[in-house]
Amino acid sequence: MTSKTGVPLLFEISSPGRRGYRLPELDVPEVPVDELIPTEYLRQQEAELPEVSELEVVRHFTQLSRLNHGVDVDFYPLGSCTMKYNPRVNEDMASLPGFTAIHPYQPEETVQGALELMYNLGTYLAELSGLHSATLQPAAGAHGELTGLWIIKAYHEANGEGHRNEIIVPDSAHGTNPASAMMANYKVVEVPSDERGGVDVAALRKLVGPKTAGLMLTNPNTLGLFDENICAIAEIVHEAGGLLYYDGANANALMGIVKPGHTGFDVVHYNLHKTFSTPHGGGGPGSGPIVVSEQLAPFLPWPVVAKEDGRYVLKRPEKSIGRVKSFYGHFSVLVRAYAYIRSHGAEGLRQVSEAAVVNANYLMHHLKSLYHLPYDRHCKHEFVLSGKLQKEQHGVRTLDIAKRLLDYGVHAPTIYFPLNVDEALMIEPTETETKETLDAFIAAMRRIAEEAENDPESLKSAPHYTPVRRLDEARAARQPILRWKKE
Amino acid sequence: MSEKRMLFTKDHEWVLVEGTIARIGITEYAQNELGDVVFVDLPTVGDTVEEGEGFAVVESVKAVSDVYAPVGGTVVKVNEELESSPELINESPFDQGWIAEIEIAEGTQLDDLMNAEEYKAFIKEA
Repeated sequence: MTSKTGVPLLFEISSPGRRGYRLPELDVPEVPVDELIPTEYLRQQEAELPEVSELEVVRHFTQLSRLNHGVDVDFYPLGSCTMKYNPRVNEDMASLPGFTAIHPYQPEETVQGALELMYNLGTYLAELSGLHSATLQPAAGAHGELTGLWIIKAYHEANGEGHRNEIIVPDSAHGTNPASAMMANYKVVEVPSDERGGVDVAALRKLVGPKTAGLMLTNPNTLGLFDENICAIAEIVHEAGGLLYYDGANANALMGIVKPGHTGFDVVHYNLHKTFSTPHGGGGPGSGPIVVSEQLAPFLPWPVVAKEDGRYVLKRPEKSIGRVKSFYGHFSVLVRAYAYIRSHGAEGLRQVSEAAVVNANYLMHHLKSLYHLPYDRHCKHEFVLSGKLQKEQHGVRTLDIAKRLLDYGVHAPTIYFPLNVDEALMIEPTETETKETLDAFIAAMRRIAEEAENDPESLKSAPHYTPVRRLDEARAARQPILRWKKE
Repeated sequence: MSEKRMLFTKDHEWVLVEGTIARIGITEYAQNELGDVVFVDLPTVGDTVEEGEGFAVVESVKAVSDVYAPVGGTVVKVNEELESSPELINESPFDQGWIAEIEIAEGTQLDDLMNAEEYKAFIKEA
């Protein structure tokens, strides 16, 4: 097996006896390993590791890294949904020894600074969401969803309403919403979208009832559209005795502008790795704190940080659902999010959201004459185009458009999602891109639209200039080669 | 061609009824929209399914989709070939790519299903 990227595998450059590092001579008596470890745990054959020099390893991984495309290299229209630009100051703060050299088993009085950071971060998230108190434990967004649903469940049970077993999810929802509801032992009920792309309020009215535990909603939704009926939706769900869960995946559009709690939400999760610029997208780890209303606060996972007589202490909320993560969540990710919030300030966070929304609308305005725009209204931080004109008129599919973008040095946007748009292309530029970059993207999309018309075959075989050409995705899924094997 | 005798749902499943047994699969249109199918999660023989319930899952390179039961009843047979050759759904959606057979529950109405001509008009609209 040879790597198709032109970079040989470490196993292929291996040469017997070559070493990257040699240990110094032993200055203590040597003990045979089988005297230390029972033989049943010892391997019978030498491990077959590649034998390479240090420089070969460095070159190998550096060459591979140069084949990557990321936000540090060029435009990346996956946006905050995958990972937005991580300002370097976050990394500086997270590497301060006061944060890196502490241990979760240290007594509270020796880690007051770390507890203060967690307390403040929870307070800031509560302020942004318009809700009461937070847990920072969930390890990522979907984990936050599950935690939120467990809290909703515990709340209903505490009120003698444990029979509420249905969670309503819009048809445009992220797949994690129904998945989390299933994990929390709920029945998922789907509510359709209306012609403006929001929740169909009339249909929702028919779906709610004595079994409704709650509704999960992303606002703005996956079409990048703010649901204008949110207050009516909240009223319908609340009147039926259900609670509202806010999926914070798209919170990058609303910071400092709309507080989800003020529009009726009872539980909000934030993806720190989306909205608050902490690493993600394969690098991770993520972090998905949730913020809840006052009536749900007693059910939060423990421990939570509280402030008593000027000291920070760890507490167990009265009716806590328990722990959802070891220790305190992904602490160093919390530091990065805290640094982001503090370096922007309240006004700065609002500007982040405003710029994200302006950038998305700028792209949408210029691209809608080239590609079909199924919901033609102002978008928030992202918008969804459809490749259906190109498919119907020239037999070019969205996959072909996405592949061709790679030739123009742009990462492909999310495609074929959301599912309620045919041949979907979901584009999210984020707040950090310049007008020049946005214009270059528009120019690339224009050239591709022209190519679809004049030379559709070249699109169907794209990409042409990448290290590897069109991949056989079906074969990769059916017969994945996950590791090197000796021939 | 048995396609002419098939009935269709708005979710792009087909049903072929022989006596009390309904053979079920997804349509040519559906497989084309999904792209290359890489995995099929089959129901278990003996499962009871309600009309409209997701009873199988088709995973393609693009998306994971439920297959909804066009009729209620008991699963009596599944196409085990799909476990090793999910591509049969792409290659032969109306024949070798069938998914399961359901013994139709008593009193089931097939009135809501479309015939071939109606389905053809339906996908043209979509």
